[in-house]
Amino acid sequence: MTSTFLDRFIRNLFAAALLGTAVSAHAQLAIEITGAGANRIPIAIADFGGDVGASQALASVVRTDLERSGLFRLINVNGVAMTETTPVDYAGWKSAGADALAAGSLGSSAEGRLEARFRLYDINRQGNLGGAIYTTAVPQLRAAGHRIADYIHEKLTGEPGVFSTRIAYVYKTGKRYELRIADSDGQNAQTALASSEPIISPAWSPDGARIAYVSFENKKPIIFVHSLATGSRQVVANFKGSNSAPAWSPDGSRLAIVLTKDGSSQIYTIAASGGGLTRLTTSAGIDTEPQFSADGGMIYFTSDRGGSPQIYRVPARGGTVERVTFEGAYNVSPRPSPDGKSLAFITRRDGRFQLAVLDIQSRQVQVLPDSSGRDESPSFAPNSRMIVLATEAGGRGVLSAVSIDGRIRQRLSVPAGDIREPAWGPFLK
Amino acid sequence: MKNFAVVLTLLLAIAACSTTSGPETGGAPVETRDPNAGVTRVDVPPPNGANLPAILTSGVLAQRSIYFALDRYDVAEEYRGLLTAHAKFLVENRQFKILIQGNTDERGSHEYNLSLGQKRAEAVKQTLTLLGVRDDQIEAVSLGEEKPRAEGHDESAWAQNRRADILYSGEF
Repeated sequence: MTSTFLDRFIRNLFAAALLGTAVSAHAQLAIEITGAGANRIPIAIADFGGDVGASQALASVVRTDLERSGLFRLINVNGVAMTETTPVDYAGWKSAGADALAAGSLGSSAEGRLEARFRLYDINRQGNLGGAIYTTAVPQLRAAGHRIADYIHEKLTGEPGVFSTRIAYVYKTGKRYELRIADSDGQNAQTALASSEPIISPAWSPDGARIAYVSFENKKPIIFVHSLATGSRQVVANFKGSNSAPAWSPDGSRLAIVLTKDGSSQIYTIAASGGGLTRLTTSAGIDTEPQFSADGGMIYFTSDRGGSPQIYRVPARGGTVERVTFEGAYNVSPRPSPDGKSLAFITRRDGRFQLAVLDIQSRQVQVLPDSSGRDESPSFAPNSRMIVLATEAGGRGVLSAVSIDGRIRQRLSVPAGDIREPAWGPFLK
Repeated sequence: MKNFAVVLTLLLAIAACSTTSGPETGGAPVETRDPNAGVTRVDVPPPNGANLPAILTSGVLAQRSIYFALDRYDVAEEYRGLLTAHAKFLVENRQFKILIQGNTDERGSHEYNLSLGQKRAEAVKQTLTLLGVRDDQIEAVSLGEEKPRAEGHDESAWAQNRRADILYSGEF
């Protein structure tokens, strides 16, 4: 390695660290893991080659991601450094207890970008499971680590990883509200919108470029669509009365929304650019919280038409309404999973608000208890394996991410203030 | 005070996205992108202060809140006099408009509570309409559980938050 490269590298890392500090050093989400899967895959992530500090940071992101998922058990590598071309001592790693091994290196591309190379090995079959090269801008070193962890997750579990995805949430401190976008590990939080009035119901567009939300900045709830890269905001629904609960159609063309312009809260659809308003439900009571099914064919929603709030569904083009939940007197906030197999919702049992998951095929309901009894606003990870939700700990709003079998649980919190209204973003295209 | 949203560009990096594969990479795919590199911050400017005639800021018309019992969405008899006074002012001053904001306590779904708050606002609106206020003078909206008057987590706080408030032109 030339000293020129090293100098530039250190300078760039320093700049990256400064940038991170300027954005929100005091308000990063901290992650705490409680619980893990039953059969975790033992994996060794060797120390990567290249600049020592940066490559260790990269390997650390990969290790932390895999461990945090609850699906992997890290084998101590005792400082062994390996690049993607180092011959593998299969017998040695097998005796160390590893089923899989990843090794790699961090370098610099001709354009001065980071270039992370890695390779994954199956220790038992003594085979190469493939590898990749990820190049990113220097401040995005962690993104390369997340991509490597996603690759390993998919190769070893058969399910795509969600380490590279983002989570939107509302951060409240005092009378200030911020819509924030963070990496799924809580790092790299950035503020998209700051306001002295509430922001609720953030919803990602399917391409991950825009977020629809409800803002109270004009003394009433109004629906905006906000482009993250440019910060441009468009009012999509500002009808007389309240405008709330936006949900994107899977093709990104339309939003299901709730309006009160004709009396009580009813569900409509509208073009994502505004216009083309169509009323979908007609009831004397409350219809709200619409959510498209993964195939776009159905809209799930909450209604009190039966006397208590329950979850119903209706074809997205209109048609016969069908009741979905029957147990209990308060079932709200339906969230169909991206794989179409399950429906997460919030149920009130004995005065406690808890996350429940309905298997759509078998109609079986599993209640996933949390200690606070204040679960709200569930949101599926794009691989349908985890659900992030808002809950409470120590009198403050925190986020909890739980696997759909309830075994793996992570808590995301900030040192001060409340976080609420999480929305897990889509896979990066 | 600035009249326009202050837009701060914190990060100028523009997300790049491309995938290539070739002999120079030893067959491994090369992926290039910078996720989360382009979030631009927008600050909503604070609201302007209201400038109301004295009749609305003192006396009976300065009373703007109607409280509701748990799980109730009808206007209690004790507010009949207050709403009659507001209706009288609005009938005599047709140029004035009001915004009725319904509120709930913090328990339950944010979005469902928004709909419950709407029911409280609609109940106040209906009372005023029956007293002669024109429909185009009134907008009923909900703040749900988002703007609690009392921040506590017990019944005394919740009782203060089950409420509808009347705002006059200039205040919204």
